[in-house]
Amino acid sequence: MFGSGAMTNSIAELEDSKCIFIIGSNTSEAHPLIANRILRAKAKGAKIIVADPRKIHIAFYADIHVRQNLGTDVALLNGIMNIIISKGWQAREYIEARTENYAVLQESVANYPPEKVSEITGVSVQDLNAIAEAYAKAPSASIVYAMGITQHTTGVDNVKSLANLAMLCGRVGAESCGVNPLRGQNNGQGACDMGALPNVYSGYQRVDDEEVGKKFDAAWGAQLSRKPGLTLMDMMHAIEEGQVRALYIMGENPVVSDPNRAHVESVLKKVEFLVVQDIFMTETAQYAQVILPGVSFAEKDGTFTNTERRVQRVRKAIEPVGNARPDWQIICSLSDMIGYPMNYNEAGEIQDEIKSVTPSYGGITYARLDGDGLQWPCPTSEHPGTKFLHKERFTRGRGLFSAIAFKPPAEASDNEFPLMLTTGRNFVHYHTGTLTRQSRSLDDEQKEGYAEINPLDAHKYGISKRDRIKVVSRRGAIEIKPEITGRVPEGILFIPFHFAEAAANALTIDALDPVAKIPEYKVCAVRIEKVA
Amino acid sequence: MYYECIPTTCTYCGCGCSVVLQVLDGHLVGVLPGKTNPVNEGSLCIKGWTSHEFVYREKRLKNPLVKKDGVFFETGWEEALDTVAGKLKKIKEESGADSIAALASAKCTNEENYLMQKLMRAAIGTNNIDHCARL
Repeated sequence: MFGSGAMTNSIAELEDSKCIFIIGSNTSEAHPLIANRILRAKAKGAKIIVADPRKIHIAFYADIHVRQNLGTDVALLNGIMNIIISKGWQAREYIEARTENYAVLQESVANYPPEKVSEITGVSVQDLNAIAEAYAKAPSASIVYAMGITQHTTGVDNVKSLANLAMLCGRVGAESCGVNPLRGQNNGQGACDMGALPNVYSGYQRVDDEEVGKKFDAAWGAQLSRKPGLTLMDMMHAIEEGQVRALYIMGENPVVSDPNRAHVESVLKKVEFLVVQDIFMTETAQYAQVILPGVSFAEKDGTFTNTERRVQRVRKAIEPVGNARPDWQIICSLSDMIGYPMNYNEAGEIQDEIKSVTPSYGGITYARLDGDGLQWPCPTSEHPGTKFLHKERFTRGRGLFSAIAFKPPAEASDNEFPLMLTTGRNFVHYHTGTLTRQSRSLDDEQKEGYAEINPLDAHKYGISKRDRIKVVSRRGAIEIKPEITGRVPEGILFIPFHFAEAAANALTIDALDPVAKIPEYKVCAVRIEKVA
Repeated sequence: MYYECIPTTCTYCGCGCSVVLQVLDGHLVGVLPGKTNPVNEGSLCIKGWTSHEFVYREKRLKNPLVKKDGVFFETGWEEALDTVAGKLKKIKEESGADSIAALASAKCTNEENYLMQKLMRAAIGTNNIDHCARL
């Protein structure tokens, strides 16, 4: 693709884009301040395209809203590219000058004529044509996506398809264009940038690269392993097989966020030694042998990196609550006791070290972050930061087209499980609810979980809004309140994943994308029963 | 009365809105939107406006806890850290560094994520470090 894992362009640029294609992002509920920019773009005359099976809030502002069948994004995108190429709307000069492998793409999307794509996706040929024309012909066009694209067994294929589409129309490396993943968490970008990944150090430097390894051996004064480690999902399996005996979890709640709750609970029961560091007693912390109390964002110094690569300061406003300690200090103490001393007097000294070993953060100091922060890459102390990526050339040189074939989701509906389930967020809550459900105002807005169900399905199963329903999948069952609404199409249920007592992840499937190992939260088969 | 306003970054989603924490006599009392920041330009969503509310909830963990016979007991930092460091060292000696794994956090700071991977890679000696960006 292009060679970097982040939003290519900046949030502010969306406002001046002339076409915004939103796919797999419930933008106005999950990223409200980014949705604001999209609405401003609309007011300035931009065409808004939304591809989402649900009639989400931002779909009401869309010029074109299509409701593709769950898990058919690759087919949809191939169909759009098929039309663009057959009409001759592709960016020929850009393809020639900046990309490679175009012939392969051309050949593969030829297998996705509009009629066939319409049959797979449920989107009309007329709508496919309209999307292709709007995206290809606008003076600038941005793609915005989130977990609706990535949380599939074909997550990597979906992202590659978006990259194909953007390059086909010359939309990468230009102002108010690009491929823009919206990170769900305040520092999901930073956690990746900092090397909280099994195969890379900070700045995506590979652990199995000998040169990189030597550099970190010297910087850290240790003999480091060149063997990539286990991903979260592989850790779970390794614990089951007895290969991993100790697990240290900082600030995460996999019991509620992992795709297969019953499985993760059995794993956490099995692991010999579990340490959890968090600010609340989470569902996950219950299984720990030792719990270390960390602090909230208000009680410590540091930086977060947002979804547009902007590194910004976090500043301590109050003293830690009780005897809790800043997480970075806890790690330092632990490292000292293990026999590898970490000497940092303040968080800024850690950033100074990050800067010295991480080229993309090479020019970032706390002093320079006062004000609006800095967007990486920012390699030197004079560098102003980078508004959009791949301006002259791609990180990897030429942009790489790939041939992507449509593959159906891991689970399809059948006689036993005739409905499909998808999951996501609600506007007042956040992730596993550890923080938002402790906030009185937010809790008052939405106290319990619910399942959106289409009125036709509700009628078919004799369900009224006062009933409770049981939702059953091959993994488990939950009882939940129905919300009868046309927001979901017939045959599809939607459950937000914030509510541990009606946990969507008791139902979802742990089938993974083969490359990214991301679970398919967005599609599984279920049945419903009315609770007597 | 001593009133302070501390500029910082919201703890919820990936937008990274600038917020100002209002502190009265050392106590966090409210949140205001940062006005000049290019991300939010003086606006916040409902989560941002209420992001101070969970900080003092009674359910906050205030002391380290150690489980004995299935029940958690409050303990001091020395004992808790000793238990963790001792156990990790023992498991590493018996079964090797790759028998230990860690999950860092998309909620923690860059500095904390950096140190967590450094702890696992340099102090323990394994690349078994991940976080829940996939979840």
